[in-house]
Amino acid sequence: MGPELIIIVVLAAIVVVGILIYNGLIQRRLRIDEAFAQIDVQLKRRHDLIPNLVNAVKDYMGFEQDVLTKVTQARANAVAAGAQGPVAQAQAENQLTGALRSLFAVVENYPELKANQNVLSLQEQLTTTENQISFSRQHYNAVVLDYNQAIATFPSVLLAGMFGFRRRDFFAAEPEASQVPVVSLR
Amino acid sequence: MGIHVATTFYNQIAANRRNSFLLALGVVLLLGVLGMVIGYGVTGETAGGLAATGIAATVGTLAALGSYFAGDQLVLAVSRAKEVDEASAPQLFNVVRELTLAANLPMPRVYVIDDTAPNAFATGRDPRHASLAITTGLLQKLDREELQGVIGHELSHIRNYDIRFSLIVGVLVGSIALLADFFLRFTFWGGGGRRSRDDRDGGGGLQAVVFVVAIVLAILAPIAARLVQLAVSRQREYLADASSVELTRNPHGLEGALAKIAEDQEPLEAANRATQHLYIVNPIKKLEERSSGLMSTHPPILERINRLRALTGERPLGAAEAASLQGLD
Repeated sequence: MGPELIIIVVLAAIVVVGILIYNGLIQRRLRIDEAFAQIDVQLKRRHDLIPNLVNAVKDYMGFEQDVLTKVTQARANAVAAGAQGPVAQAQAENQLTGALRSLFAVVENYPELKANQNVLSLQEQLTTTENQISFSRQHYNAVVLDYNQAIATFPSVLLAGMFGFRRRDFFAAEPEASQVPVVSLR
Repeated sequence: MGIHVATTFYNQIAANRRNSFLLALGVVLLLGVLGMVIGYGVTGETAGGLAATGIAATVGTLAALGSYFAGDQLVLAVSRAKEVDEASAPQLFNVVRELTLAANLPMPRVYVIDDTAPNAFATGRDPRHASLAITTGLLQKLDREELQGVIGHELSHIRNYDIRFSLIVGVLVGSIALLADFFLRFTFWGGGGRRSRDDRDGGGGLQAVVFVVAIVLAILAPIAARLVQLAVSRQREYLADASSVELTRNPHGLEGALAKIAEDQEPLEAANRATQHLYIVNPIKKLEERSSGLMSTHPPILERINRLRALTGERPLGAAEAASLQGLD
């Protein structure tokens, strides 16, 4: 086995490893895009559920119509904000979350509502939707972490710079989110 | 493990994966050593040992393949599990769906078992062919947060390919038992001792020694392998607990669920020794009072609770405090 053959084998091994690393980085980056799109799916699902909820409760809630109005308005804003870019969208969605929490806090005061099967079923649906939104965001952060770790660690860091793989941002909770009243949706 | 340092689920996951890998490697090595020793002891050549190991492993694999492909349906049928969907069990279905989003898994088939004993299991060879079963007893006892913890644990078994991992370890352990059994029968009932061969490998005296070693090993190896298998099962249970926290980001849910399950002494009717390893908590509790620690498929519940508490920096519960948790195993 001459020295030329050894060099060729080593170079081939380096190229193969490089390809594997590159493919891995591409896959991780695509997972981030998919996870982001999945969050959107959950947000739209929530938009669709809200009109039913509002209809189910409005006949019972004589004096609290303004809470319902806020929810309906916040939903409309969120749907519109979908076209205005991720920052505006996230803000609108967080405001909708706040409006929904106020609604559930109020529903607690109406025993007929709490016993109503329709309302309970819709409440469960909204609870699960809120959970699905937050788990989708959590998963998004998990794949961003995986990708960021991959491009920062050796040996993939060598390829990352070469091929322009940049660090991605985590999904962070908006400041307003920590101000909403803490109402358990469970 | 006595010391519970405040730690993250990432560390616990890494430690559990590493431990179970090393244990499984140990079983592979044991099988290899047993094969070589038997082969050399009998034939004076190492090739015979490789052949014997290969045959035992093949037979073991074929036996396991049946379980691999049909096993989950069998277990579900034996448990009298009924499949449910979003309409028939909305909250359960929703909790499962939420966590499949966090785990990026496809939805498994969801089953409910009509039994007052609180328990759950997951089965299936990979995430695309997975099933998850819960008893009505468990659904009644737990609130949403605790149910989430339990579902997270079961989905993690699926996510970590634990069913497949356990099957592979099972094949190895079975192969060791087969090989040892066959060799001992051959020695004492069949060939009546080793045949003398020519001294190509310096056979003679060395071969005789190795033969004796082979007999000793053939008696001990199956027991050792079984103990290792149980240790692997316990490590994967810890791994599923830590992975559940990775999904839910909430150790309290699972902790509460384990405490509630531990309070309940009732054995699960449809479970037995063959299926016990699949459940979240050992379902045949009365038997487990006699065998604990090394002989158990599941870690002690107190230890599992304390590891979860370590994730939020809470101090571990002592045995005295946990006196209210009866049947701690």
